[in-house]
Amino acid sequence: MIPKNFLSINQSINQSINQSIHQSVNPSISQSINQSIHQSVNPSINQSINQSVNPSISQSINQSINQSISQSVNQSISQSVNQSISQQFNNYNMPTTVTVGLGSCGIAAGANKTYDKIKALKESDNLDFKLKKTSCVGMCYREPLVEITDETGTYLYGEVDADRAVEVIEKHINQQAPIRDYIVYTDLFDAPENDFIGAQVKIVLRNCGYMDPESIEEYESRDGYQAIKKIAAENTGREVVIDTILKSGLRGRGGGGFPTGMKWKFANANKSADKYVICNADEGDPGAFMDRSVLEGDPHSVLEGMIIAAYAIEATGGVIYCRAEYPLAIKRLNIAIKQAHEHGYLGKNIFGIEGFNLDIYIKEGAGAFVCGEETALIASIEGERGMPRKRPPFPAVSGLWKKPTNINNVETYANIPWIIIHGAEAYAQYGTEKSKGTKVFALAGKVRHSGLVEVPMGMTIRDVIFKLGGGIKNNKRFKAVQMGGPSGGCIPEFLSDTIVDYDSVNATGAIMGSGGMVVMDETTCMVDVAKFFLDFTCKESCGKCTFCRMGTKRMLEILDRITNGYGREGDLEKLEELAFQIKDNSLCGLGQTAPNPVLTTIKYFRDEYEAHINHKKCPAKVCRPLLTYKVDEEKCTGCMVCLKNCPVKAITGERKQKHFINQEMCTKCGVCFSKCKFESILLS
Amino acid sequence: MRITRIITNEESSGSDVQDLSMLDPLIAKHKGKKGNLIPLLQGAQELYGFISKAAFEKLARDTGIPLSDMFGVATFYAQFRLNPVGKNIIKVCHGTACHVQNAVEITESLEEMLKVKDGETTEDRFYTLESVACLGCCSLAPVMMIGEQTYGKLTGNEAVRIVKNIRLAGNN
Repeated sequence: MIPKNFLSINQSINQSINQSIHQSVNPSISQSINQSIHQSVNPSINQSINQSVNPSISQSINQSINQSISQSVNQSISQSVNQSISQQFNNYNMPTTVTVGLGSCGIAAGANKTYDKIKALKESDNLDFKLKKTSCVGMCYREPLVEITDETGTYLYGEVDADRAVEVIEKHINQQAPIRDYIVYTDLFDAPENDFIGAQVKIVLRNCGYMDPESIEEYESRDGYQAIKKIAAENTGREVVIDTILKSGLRGRGGGGFPTGMKWKFANANKSADKYVICNADEGDPGAFMDRSVLEGDPHSVLEGMIIAAYAIEATGGVIYCRAEYPLAIKRLNIAIKQAHEHGYLGKNIFGIEGFNLDIYIKEGAGAFVCGEETALIASIEGERGMPRKRPPFPAVSGLWKKPTNINNVETYANIPWIIIHGAEAYAQYGTEKSKGTKVFALAGKVRHSGLVEVPMGMTIRDVIFKLGGGIKNNKRFKAVQMGGPSGGCIPEFLSDTIVDYDSVNATGAIMGSGGMVVMDETTCMVDVAKFFLDFTCKESCGKCTFCRMGTKRMLEILDRITNGYGREGDLEKLEELAFQIKDNSLCGLGQTAPNPVLTTIKYFRDEYEAHINHKKCPAKVCRPLLTYKVDEEKCTGCMVCLKNCPVKAITGERKQKHFINQEMCTKCGVCFSKCKFESILLS
Repeated sequence: MRITRIITNEESSGSDVQDLSMLDPLIAKHKGKKGNLIPLLQGAQELYGFISKAAFEKLARDTGIPLSDMFGVATFYAQFRLNPVGKNIIKVCHGTACHVQNAVEITESLEEMLKVKDGETTEDRFYTLESVACLGCCSLAPVMMIGEQTYGKLTGNEAVRIVKNIRLAGNN
């Protein structure tokens, strides 16, 4: 990847940086800036000369000059630097590359077929380009994605199925005529998704979708393993590493939000011949897929984060506990671990640090949500039923095999190398007072742009959903967003100016959780959503604590009654009482948070519950037993379509005569409603 | 708790004659190692598609792990099956994103077409219909997974069409 003559590129880039700065900034400050840029740009250019050099350079430039000049100048510099760098690069005849996004979401959308088609075309027509694979860039709603980088720039094509691939290759590669209509993102002109990428700050996702996750060389070309090498080269002490993480303000990204540096400090303080680092990749929240994307798109960054943690706490073994439902993530992690061994990054005396021995292996989860809880996870690794135990002792004192253990989540580990390279201050410049850095969110549900976004903490929920998420599908009204999965809650529209940081989200009754954001519109019934989550936690309760085991069951029964039209006065009070009992009397996070979806929906959508209970109506028209289908006699043409399609023969009527629905036979399946072309079935 | 998963069907699990010697390499690999119980069960399930009573007994006999411990673990985790399954498992996602986008319709359409309930296997043992919590393809909701292939943006009719086509291709 690195051109042989990169030194001369380096020089010419520096020249052009100087020139562009001279043009945009007054001479007196430009000199000092020049120096700082020289210092900070050179090493990072050397390390990461490849197609995506621009972001990393502009980032490091931004940091070093942030303090001395205003932001407008800052932007103009980074822009002109970007331009001049890409111009310089283009003069060195980078080969044209075609990259296909092959994450789980891309594959589900048919990216394998796209890849095979392009490969076949390349071979049959003997085309001159490099064909590469990458993972998810977060734009799941535009999958399959194909990126073409040629001497003019980078173009990201969206929704490229096999047929469109043929068209794109023919036009773009053979005729050098990019097809503007299919381009969703480019830095060359205004494309539909430019804002989606532009509004994000990518630290965790810095490599996802930009490199081949199965290539350690590509990871290394993007600052990969530089953080641990820096620690080794500078002989940085364990306490200094821990202090850096503490100062960065990084908090556990799995949902708890406990300061990562503190965890490491505790684990380091407990001396033992054997210690462990564990990566919690048991991403169980339905509606969350951040960790899957990181593992599939950038497995080495997680490994490097774990290696640094292992160094900091003197661990001797590492385990990645990954859900079995993520076969691609497991495959790529296995490849990454093998490559790390081959390069001597795992094994004995790694990175030249005497006595630093580390092996990491993958433990496949067997499908239990509660194993996301750290003590249950440890029990599961030990081969037991995944049941949580009382804390203290915390895992930092007595964890896996009763040895001091540090457990962090995938996203937390992926942050670590970046923080070590760029410094705690650089990380802490993003975010709010108590929640530093960025957070990855998985946008899903009734939102236009479902996919992955990484934003600085402190952005409002509204901005995440409307600016990045593109607003609500089908021009429906935004009703609520569910954050934190089964442990979280529903944040209503009127609170959507809440900023995303741990404390602000907690104040609404929801939790930040691992970062799932399921967007709901007016056609989502909040009682049904509460029932959905409680059904989930009820099934996933390990059964150890009575309140969680029985309490969730009883709450579910009440919700079941309400949604079936048998709600009674006093049900809401009963639900609330049970909820507080469960929260107070459960041992682990699952039970303590299980009632949150019910409590938040009662708090913000009490009128919907009351409509179900008092009027036996579901305002969102979701709860079937509460619906009534009727024929609009004005509009009915007697076409007999509904009659023929009704699975229970509840509709009667002759051709060209008004039809009639027998309410006693009607199962409320909604087939007549969806089949009628004249909108003559009324739903109430 | 997953009470439903604990119920086992003696008749159906007894009807298959299994070559238990296939377990030997697995046992040799994991015997005596700490934390080996889950990998043993996962390995056994990979070999046979489910864990039969006979397989449990052999594992217990050869590794010395008490049968009660094994059964306790096997019934705790959603992954383990104690009954034979179809050649193809249809996993219909019922995660949050799929749920709010009518995943129920997918399951119901398939139940009607395959004439089985959720969690059951068709008579010809070609399909097992299953609801799962989240496949992590939320942007394509509602989704289902058959084998390694994920199908997204489904409707009830579309799901039925896909399932029919696979059966046609599989029977030819």
